[in-house]
Amino acid sequence: MFIEQLVNGLTLGSSYALIALGYTMVYGIIQLINFAHGEIYMFGAFAGLLLVSLFGVNIFIAMLGAMAFCMVLGMLVERVAYRPLRGKSSRLSALISAIGVSIFLSTLMALIRGTNTTRYPEIIEIHTYHLWGLDLSSLQIIILVVSALLMVGLQLMIQRTRLGKAMRACSQDLDAASLMGINSNRIISYTFAIGSALAAAGGVMVGIYYNAVWPYMGTMAGLKAFSAAVLGGIGSIPGAMIGGLTLGVLEILGVAYLSSSYKDAIAFGILILVLIVRPQGIMGQKITKKV
Amino acid sequence: MGILSLEGVSQEFGGLLALDEVRLEVEAGKIFGIIGPNGAGKTTLFNIITGIYTPTAGQVIYKEEAINGLPPYELARRGIGRTFQNIRLFNKLSVLDNVKVGFHGVTKAGFFGAILGLPGERREEKSIDSRAHHLLEMVGLDDKRMEYADNLAYGEQRRLEIARALALDPSLLLLDEPAAGMNASEKLSLMSFIREIRDKENLTILLVEHDMNVVMNICDQIAVLDYGRKIADGPPEQVKNDPRVIQSYLGAEA
Repeated sequence: MFIEQLVNGLTLGSSYALIALGYTMVYGIIQLINFAHGEIYMFGAFAGLLLVSLFGVNIFIAMLGAMAFCMVLGMLVERVAYRPLRGKSSRLSALISAIGVSIFLSTLMALIRGTNTTRYPEIIEIHTYHLWGLDLSSLQIIILVVSALLMVGLQLMIQRTRLGKAMRACSQDLDAASLMGINSNRIISYTFAIGSALAAAGGVMVGIYYNAVWPYMGTMAGLKAFSAAVLGGIGSIPGAMIGGLTLGVLEILGVAYLSSSYKDAIAFGILILVLIVRPQGIMGQKITKKV
Repeated sequence: MGILSLEGVSQEFGGLLALDEVRLEVEAGKIFGIIGPNGAGKTTLFNIITGIYTPTAGQVIYKEEAINGLPPYELARRGIGRTFQNIRLFNKLSVLDNVKVGFHGVTKAGFFGAILGLPGERREEKSIDSRAHHLLEMVGLDDKRMEYADNLAYGEQRRLEIARALALDPSLLLLDEPAAGMNASEKLSLMSFIREIRDKENLTILLVEHDMNVVMNICDQIAVLDYGRKIADGPPEQVKNDPRVIQSYLGAEA
């Protein structure tokens, strides 16, 4: 029972982690809380739905299509709503712009699709496997494996590739990076693309898992994932992964052993507790100010 | 015409004139010093040449092209490298990666090539590796290449900054107070090092420095700024004896 709940928690947590990565990467590089990120996730879920219902593609193709679509959408949002403000006005303006984009995107989807919940067509046969005395559904296995692959892939990309190196350089000192010949606007754009693609993959998987997508699904998921990113230490990529998984597991355990009506209260309660004890988050670095 | 010339460059910050119609002519292959009291506009001048600021008036000509208004990364790719007064290394990257970042701007890498590690990319990465080693050897840091830049001693960090700037394969290198915080023997080796890289890498060097010994020793030409204005310009001997320089820079009685 406990182990099964743990697996459920990890399943939910990996979707939080996928979204949280986008928050933390963007924050790491331009110190912006991209409040529109939850809506990118929602658009990802709908893009997957569209592909499935129009072309009857399988879950993986739907995911890839949604990721490609959201890459473009994420870069577009950055180009239109954030870049014109960068360097010219305060960070607060960009934050307000992000809230505006968030409202715009969710309302846009509500206009297109209506506010009702849409069910995902059954595109995957759900088998239940008994492994080591555990009941695992095939969908849970897909979510856990795909999320793990994406996170490992991201980590390799950041550590090994030239783009990853440029991203790390930009997140440490944006000005110095551009003086070393790095086109920082382009790196920021790629950061949005990668974060958005991860959120889209999460959106498709969550849509199928809970069999429901709706225009405002990004709001709560976005808040939870943002909390996960802060919990893990905002700006830290491993932190976002750990934060997401931790939040998912604690939330499911809380529901299982306390009450499901406390679901969201548990998530945010944990956030508050952790921040009291460790303000920089689990993996975050303490910034000491010299006086 | 020199490699770099400034034609009546002014920079205004909300009513404050940081630079006032500055003219400079820097010849290729020379070490050119810029001196002046604190707040004279030396670093502002560097920030204009490297594209951080676009001057309010005047033109910056580099290799016979006007470059004001171009973004910093573009100027870096055209061969203007720099170091900073307060060291700005990528602290959480290794020494080697700090240098390699400098190469990346001048080599081409597409988004997917970079993500997937395509063969062309791999080959380029190899040649970057060997050039990075070469630069690190030159500044004497090759044995520390896997350390975080953070963990280097102060003098080593200064040398790493120079190596990182050299990775751009620059024609023009701007050094912002390279001798700051160094002791006498470190300063001596810095001076010979600066001459050495100028000769080996075919550089023109522009440097801001407070230490008069260093400046008078290695510079071929010196310009003096005071309150944003250029008050003297010439070879060290001439500048040293210029009454206006003595007046404003060293104090009237010096």
